[in-house]
Amino acid sequence: MADKILNKLYIKIWRQKNSKSQGAFETYELENVSQGSSFLEMLDILNDQLIREGNDPVAFDHDCREGICGMCSLYINGEAHGPDTEITTCQLHMRKFNEGETITIEPWRAGAFPVIKDLIVNRNAFEEIQQAGGYVSVGTGGVPDGNAIPIGQDDAEEAMDAAACIGCGACVATCKNSSAMLFVSAKVSQFAKLPQGKVEGKRRAKAMVSKMDELGFGGCTNTGACEIACPKAISISNIARLNREYLCAKLAD
Amino acid sequence: MSILDSKAPAGPLAEKWSKHKASIKVVSPANKRKLDVIVVGTGLAGASAAASLGELGYNVKAFCYQDSPRRAHSIAAQGGINAAKNYQNDNDSIYRLFYDTIKGGDYRARESNVYRLAEVSPLIIDQCVAQGVPFAREYGGSLSNRSFGGVLVSRTFYARGQTGQQLLLGAYSALNRQINAGTVEMHNRTEMLDLVVVDGKARGIIARDMITGEIQKHGAHAVCMCTGGYGNVFFLSTNAMGCSGSVAAQIYRRGAYMSNPAFVQIHPTCIPVHGSQQSKLTLMSESLRNDGRVWVPKKKEDAVKLQKGEISANDIKDEDRDFYLERRYPSYGNLVPRDVASRAAKERCDAGFGVNAEGKAVFLDFKYAIDRLGRDTIEKRYGNLFQMYEKITDVDPYSNPMQIYPAIHYTMGGTWVDYNLMTTIPGLYSLGEANFSDHGANRLGASALMQGLADGYFVLPYTIGDYLADEIMVPKIETTLPEFAEAEKSVTDRLSQLFNANGSEPVDYFHKKLGMIMWDHVGMSRNEAGLKTAVSEIRALRDEYYTNVRIPGELDNLNPELEKAVRVADSFDIAELMALDALARNESCGGHFREESATEEGEAKRNDEIGCYASAWEYKGAGQEPVMHKEELVFENVKLVQRSYK
Ligand SMILES: Cc1cc2nc3c(=O)[nH]c(=O)nc-3n(C[C@H](O)[C@H](O)[C@H](O)COP(=O)(O)OP(=O)(O)OC[C@H]3O[C@@H](n4cnc5c(N)ncnc54)[C@H](O)[C@@H]3O)c2cc1C
Repeated sequence: MADKILNKLYIKIWRQKNSKSQGAFETYELENVSQGSSFLEMLDILNDQLIREGNDPVAFDHDCREGICGMCSLYINGEAHGPDTEITTCQLHMRKFNEGETITIEPWRAGAFPVIKDLIVNRNAFEEIQQAGGYVSVGTGGVPDGNAIPIGQDDAEEAMDAAACIGCGACVATCKNSSAMLFVSAKVSQFAKLPQGKVEGKRRAKAMVSKMDELGFGGCTNTGACEIACPKAISISNIARLNREYLCAKLAD
Repeated sequence: MSILDSKAPAGPLAEKWSKHKASIKVVSPANKRKLDVIVVGTGLAGASAAASLGELGYNVKAFCYQDSPRRAHSIAAQGGINAAKNYQNDNDSIYRLFYDTIKGGDYRARESNVYRLAEVSPLIIDQCVAQGVPFAREYGGSLSNRSFGGVLVSRTFYARGQTGQQLLLGAYSALNRQINAGTVEMHNRTEMLDLVVVDGKARGIIARDMITGEIQKHGAHAVCMCTGGYGNVFFLSTNAMGCSGSVAAQIYRRGAYMSNPAFVQIHPTCIPVHGSQQSKLTLMSESLRNDGRVWVPKKKEDAVKLQKGEISANDIKDEDRDFYLERRYPSYGNLVPRDVASRAAKERCDAGFGVNAEGKAVFLDFKYAIDRLGRDTIEKRYGNLFQMYEKITDVDPYSNPMQIYPAIHYTMGGTWVDYNLMTTIPGLYSLGEANFSDHGANRLGASALMQGLADGYFVLPYTIGDYLADEIMVPKIETTLPEFAEAEKSVTDRLSQLFNANGSEPVDYFHKKLGMIMWDHVGMSRNEAGLKTAVSEIRALRDEYYTNVRIPGELDNLNPELEKAVRVADSFDIAELMALDALARNESCGGHFREESATEEGEAKRNDEIGCYASAWEYKGAGQEPVMHKEELVFENVKLVQRSYK
């Protein structure tokens, strides 16, 4: 089936030279975009045009272009990853847009994710949270056989549901408080569901939560917006689990 | 004797690795603290290596170009990871995994390395489980397995369709633990641009801070390349945008030999190209061929109507469908290996039977499986893939067959390494997809993840000690050495040269053109005339590139076009080697199909008289012809036979 061509689009994009400068929106006209193109391919076309005109192309993060690396991070028409469900920006296609439409593209907006340039933000805060305790303290080698500890299928599946998080930051960008609770709770839940992770569960929950607080993410007020924006459908039930884990850890202190 | 010393230990196959480990040197904990190691890349190979080395006590600096180690391309692997656990009691063994890998690679890999890979494979699964990787489980709580193409046992472990993601997150968590402990210093968004060699030994790298543009110098006692494959030389591939082979080219120009660059895997089931605006091809997992039937119309007129959009697949009756894989390969049918399935699809499309507007697609039909098993079963098995297909193509694969076509997927070739994973530059190692070590001329499904983690967790941490034990008296490598200044200057000169070309065409224009040359002449089917054309076209395009590329922005700011420009410049050098290597290898083997070396029915014909070698290309300077050395492959344990899937 041949895809329709969008003859004209207006692309309204956040432009910001670097972390120190003030940013502003600019609008570009774009012609002849196939509806079969992905959203990032549309940006490739825009950039090709900008370069040929002698202008600076729009900087945006991307790499795998198949929805799993978590690099891409655009806020499109007021929605993280744009107007489709359970996909990342790179999986969004131009079929979701109409002839003559103005498409507004912004970077993630959150105090803990400062803009580096245009649509690229600094997500190092996520790195620091994971470094604070997002692991099982096990060295290479000297571990038991993989089948030594049976793990019920339901627990394995639930751990996998949580582990599916791609660390893109859509949850933070969507939350009105810029809370990172969905992200942190996904990691904590994955380990809490597995015997290997339970051993240091208390320490992990405390370390990750206190790092998160230290880095300036906001508190969770249970609006559930994060869950809706999450490209991997990570459930807010993980947040409840994190709260339990954290509380137990604190009580044990 | 060849100047290439594989250092493969003598003795019985099954004892080689233990004997080798017993004979190599070990560094004491006190001395490890004095030694610095650089690890470039944090995919499965790099993250596992950096974490393991840090834990051993070395001072590690790790680098990646993404904003987090977790985003390396390994994250995209779907299907699974092999290991000779024999949990299914189906007579799997280390020997069988070794044998399948050698045979699957069409007898073009080194026996000793492949055996070791099979030998350490069970440890990988144990390691990942201990880290909290949520592998699929049976009701009883034991690990699940599935089967993959080209083998007769069930030895593939998986985590839904996200195995690479889960394994990488496991290695990343181990890496994070070491970062937290201070043994690994992580440099995100930092791109290596050159290798520094001092007195013949690898002693450091030159890198660019991708945010500020600052050029940095880093010294170390040893340097490890875990930088992945070079599939994006073709522009369109299933790889991430950054899989350019840039580092492979950098170290090649510094003296590391490049092995078997012509060996590229083309995956048969990818979503076809949809027009000129496309940037990326998406893989539809190999597992789909378990239940999908591949076909094109029998009648040319039906194909023409499909191409014009006058009819759709469901209008074509069963008796007018040509299930060409089942017809040509009755015993393996739709499950023939990747290279065979890819060539068969191309053959039908070239003959005019392609089913999309471009005539470059075949059908993968689930109608028959749905009739047999019900829609629910198919949805359970492949639901996420069907959803992905529909998002991309806007076609519902439950009611219409998928359209698929082969695409570039994996590169078996890579930097030449010996048994210790050391390249031809002392102190420089290469791990994972970046080396040529284990997959010969064709890689079996689910074996790349295994290799990356084997190299990083269980091979390098041992073998690097043998080298570093002789380095304990060498003080910290100072980046004030003249070799660092020379390398830095060569990087800044190169950046300025590209930046100041001030031409009229953006980087992608050249990259797409390069991809076209490669796909047409160095793709699924190759011949002497085409390869010669490719070599001269690549060289001409490269010359034009340096004078006519246009790079906007600034050198000292975040500049994605500049990053791409360097990678594409390096891709040209790899592309040239790929064409030369394919030209030199006048036989068909695995993914490398030379039209001159085929049976009367058009099947690939390997020629062990001339082809039993791994090539190793030596750089001789800009504008000079590179020189090929050969490592003769010796098979002491397996008998070489022609693969047949009829
Ligand atoms: C879609 C897809 C599905 C796949 N499915 C499977 C599967 O089911 N099973 C299987 O076994 N294999 C599969 N593979 C293959 C497998 O994923 C890869 O071969 C493997 O993950 C490569 O790992 P690696 O660590 O060698 O490299 P990568 O994961 O590619 O990592 C490369 C690293 O190098 C870094 N790097 C590169 N250049 C530079 C530079 N200049 N400076 C700094 N850093 C740099 C990158 O940042 C990255 O960290 C699949 C591949 C694809 C494309």
